[in-house]
Amino acid sequence: MNLDTIVKELDLKVLSGQDRLDAEVSGGYVGDLLSDVMANSKEGDLWFTRQIHQNIVAVASLKDHAGIVVIQGAEPAADTLEKARKEGIPILASARPGFETIGRVFNMIAATKSPEEADI
Amino acid sequence: MWKGLTTNVLSHDAAIYENSFPVEGGTFDNAGHVSSQIKALLTRMKLSKKVVRRAALVTYEAEINICSYANRGRIHLRVTPEHVTVEAIDEGQGIADIELAMQAGYSTATERIREMGFGAGMGLCNIKNFSDFFRISSEIGKGTHLKMVIRIDKDFDGI
Ligand SMILES: Nc1ncnc2c1ncn2[C@@H]1O[C@H](COP(=O)(O)OP(=O)(O)OP(=O)(O)O)[C@@H](O)[C@H]1O
Ligand SMILES: [Mg+2]
Repeated sequence: MNLDTIVKELDLKVLSGQDRLDAEVSGGYVGDLLSDVMANSKEGDLWFTRQIHQNIVAVASLKDHAGIVVIQGAEPAADTLEKARKEGIPILASARPGFETIGRVFNMIAATKSPEEADI
Repeated sequence: MWKGLTTNVLSHDAAIYENSFPVEGGTFDNAGHVSSQIKALLTRMKLSKKVVRRAALVTYEAEINICSYANRGRIHLRVTPEHVTVEAIDEGQGIADIELAMQAGYSTATERIREMGFGAGMGLCNIKNFSDFFRISSEIGKGTHLKMVIRIDKDFDGI
């Protein structure tokens, strides 16, 4: 499933990386502690966080994430967006509560996978 | 404290790339910059994605610790046909009790640092878990020296 499908289905606001929405999303990771995200997220994950500091861009880039979704109406700082634009990292904003956003994305990705590979 | 072999085993392996990068302490304005540069370099050298990602991760955690706890530092990168070696050497407060600092969850991060999502007390554990060899030494009031080695040939599926 590509990022664009998720953006449209959830009506996410695209704050950066408009030209990278064709990225394949293979799973997701939820976390606000950067060293946890560094250790446990995977390539192709969509990362859900409330962190808005510019360091989220480095984490997503180093881990080859498909993009970042800032949840609970969090608004990334201007320097975060600037850095994300420069590095081509999609940052998406969801106005909905995090639980709902994550649950819906989970269901969308799970529906594309067979039960054996459902480890997303 | 080495996790495995000693340094001499590694030293007769000639460098194909060697460089050193400065890291500013006490600020997060450029945090992660050196790790990104190193990741790009290793990717260009056509190392496997796993090796690149492990090297990027250990470099990142070491770099963030310099930004968080030291005055200034350097990260040295050395690539040989068999290993990627990353050393992070800083001038700063040093670590009083290394065993304690290595414990998962132990952190002296300030509120300002925690607000940005750092300070889980996992960085040094991550470094240990994602490198094949790891050594840490520190002197109070002087600084800290980390050495991490990643074997290029080793099949590692932790990341
Ligand atoms: N380069 C350093 N200089 C001085 N103290 C350090 C250094 N690196 C680590 N420490 C000390 O060791 C502790 C543990 O470091 P570690 O990287 O494991 O966790 P953290 O930085 O607190 O949180 P996290 O890395 O999960 O964001 C730090 O809180 C700090 O007290
Ligand atoms: Mg740390």
